[in-house]
Amino acid sequence: MRPSRVAAYLLVFARTYLRSRVGLFFSLIFPIILILLFGSIFSNTGSSSSPVYVQNLDGTSVASQMFLTSLNATGAVSVHMVSSSVGNLSTWLVSKGYTAGIVLPAGFQASFAAHRPVKVIVYTDPAQPSTAGIVQGAVGYAVTSMNYAQSGQAPVVGTMELNVGSTTYQYIDYLVPGLIGFSILTSPMFSMTNIAAQYKKQKLFRQLSLTPLTRGEWLAASVLWYLVLVFASTVVMLAVGRGLFGATATPTLLTIPFLIFGPMLFVSLGLLLGTFSKTPESASVVGNLVTFPMMFLSGTFFPVSLFPDYLQAVAHVLPLYYVIDGLNNTMVFQNTTGALTDLLVVVGLAVLLFLAAIRAFRWQEE
Amino acid sequence: MEPTVEVQGLVKRYGPLAAVDGIDLKLRAGEVFAFLGPNGAGKTTTVEVLEGIRPRSAGKVRVLGHDPWTERAKLQRRVGVIPQDFSFFDKITPTEAIQFYARLFDKRPDPVSLLREVELEEKADDQFEKLSGGQKQKLGLALALVNDPEVLFLDEPTTGLDPQARRTVWTVIRSLRKGGRTIFLTTHYLEEAQSLADRVAIIDHGKIIAHGTPGEIIERFGRPQRLVLEGPPSLAKALEGWWRRPVSLVNGRTEVEVQAKEEILEVLQWVSASGLAWSGVGTTRDTLEDVFVRLVGRIDEGGSRASEPGTDAKGGRT
Ligand SMILES: Nc1ncnc2c1ncn2[C@@H]1O[C@H](COP(=O)(O)OP(=O)(O)OP(=O)(O)O)[C@@H](O)[C@H]1O
Ligand SMILES: [Mg+2]
Repeated sequence: MRPSRVAAYLLVFARTYLRSRVGLFFSLIFPIILILLFGSIFSNTGSSSSPVYVQNLDGTSVASQMFLTSLNATGAVSVHMVSSSVGNLSTWLVSKGYTAGIVLPAGFQASFAAHRPVKVIVYTDPAQPSTAGIVQGAVGYAVTSMNYAQSGQAPVVGTMELNVGSTTYQYIDYLVPGLIGFSILTSPMFSMTNIAAQYKKQKLFRQLSLTPLTRGEWLAASVLWYLVLVFASTVVMLAVGRGLFGATATPTLLTIPFLIFGPMLFVSLGLLLGTFSKTPESASVVGNLVTFPMMFLSGTFFPVSLFPDYLQAVAHVLPLYYVIDGLNNTMVFQNTTGALTDLLVVVGLAVLLFLAAIRAFRWQEE
Repeated sequence: MEPTVEVQGLVKRYGPLAAVDGIDLKLRAGEVFAFLGPNGAGKTTTVEVLEGIRPRSAGKVRVLGHDPWTERAKLQRRVGVIPQDFSFFDKITPTEAIQFYARLFDKRPDPVSLLREVELEEKADDQFEKLSGGQKQKLGLALALVNDPEVLFLDEPTTGLDPQARRTVWTVIRSLRKGGRTIFLTTHYLEEAQSLADRVAIIDHGKIIAHGTPGEIIERFGRPQRLVLEGPPSLAKALEGWWRRPVSLVNGRTEVEVQAKEEILEVLQWVSASGLAWSGVGTTRDTLEDVFVRLVGRIDEGGSRASEPGTDAKGGRT
């Protein structure tokens, strides 16, 4: 493997890619559109924190004000007061199409002062699990802090509890690694399946076979180009996710191998699929058949943990699952052990497929 | 001295079809060798086997002493190639293409002078997909020269070029030959082969049907010299009845086969005495093209021929 030859082809490939623009759109611009789209639709943080409608049947009592202050302090929900004159809150929420509401019952203050149990009623929509989780988490926090205030202790534990609970992760936290995974998957897969068939048809492999460039050098240069794209895309995703939507995803040193072996895996897989296709058309069909299900089932747009069990089982045989799970483990959960397991799978598959691709694809003809 | 290219009993089968059916070839160092044959005769197949980009079914092949299929890496740096339908990366310019090849081959050619040599300097910075067919072809030639090869395989390097551009390619080929390179050329332009090649071989249906210098082939397979008379068809008719050798009507001219100077006089005296009308007179010999068309064209002797001199013989046979 001669670096100068790898660099020479990398330059040709990069020029081709940059000059055709379509590829660039799909690998850099399209994921930005996706994060803006999904981020705005599902995001619950900052100014777009979950709205919750509160009906206070206990007048302006001290206890109810305390509760609302605690609820506000979570920053996870935005409180909107609803008049008691609207009647049943549940009916009213449905009529307005709102998904979360709280009723502070009459006598809240009195019960609180008298140490009598009293229930705050929380309405959530099971069809909106992330909003429901956030509202329940926020209410739990407010309730806990009031209980601690009652017993005269600082609400430190309440705060802790909220931060380790699963509901504190916002949708956007999953979306950033998910969309980085999307870039790792789609740009190499779509273009390598196409290139394998197109180069054969245009006799470019024959042309390259007349030079000292080896197949390994050729494939290495292709992988390198997608590394560059994936790194660029990662930087953009992190900037948009954190800057616009308050995502907490933070890359660590362990994130980097995923950004290297991920593209290597899918460049090789794409080439393999393209090699076994007779025409560019069938190559793109095969590419789509493999890429799209993998894209939706590996946690790109939604965390796999939200899937029904049988789909979770499917996800576990998809290589992209381990890339995205690994990215989540390193960037969101700081779960090094989990990340290392994922990395083992990704590196193993990447090396295996890379070697298989070099062996399988020929640039001479029969 | 060892031949630069040596082929013995080469066979290449595609399924049941023997595209190349047991051919022998020998190229001497420094010669221009033209490989001729109708469409589908097996020229490209042979060349690709020699270039090491196609495996063979049987036979022995040596290029510069190496087996091109198993020892391809050893040959790449010493061999230059223009494939028949040369194509390149659509978005890359000729200058970039040459720089790319230069890096791969570890050479330092000057792209500007290389492109000037093939008369492509005007398009040096246009993307490949925007070049005309002939311009693409010229880039192919320039790329084949980047590694300063000892042997060149040029598969129809002038097909689709305008007459001026063809002459440019001829000039390049002649100067390569002067530089001691060995050139294996396929072409459908017979006059090109005749004027460029030291030796030619004609292949048909995968078998070599003639080989030698153009002169030798014409001598061996061509018809004898002919006397050409301009006159009405009745002249041909009358001569046909009298003369002991073949007489034919070609493009309105009467061609009378003669074997010696004396026979020319004999015919002219007879025509003059017959009182038949005639205007011009001259002699003609078969060109390589005439021989080629007769050998592979299955044209019946003495009948009118399908091909005009100087036209492309490509597609001349079905
Ligand atoms: N890849 C292939 N698979 C099957 N048959 C092939 C293949 N390539 C060529 N052939 C057949 O082999 C024969 C020789 O083809 P080849 O390309 O060598 O001809 P050629 O002499 O170069 O013709 P042309 O003058 O048209 O370029 C033809 O009959 C062709 O149909
Ligand atoms: Mg050919």
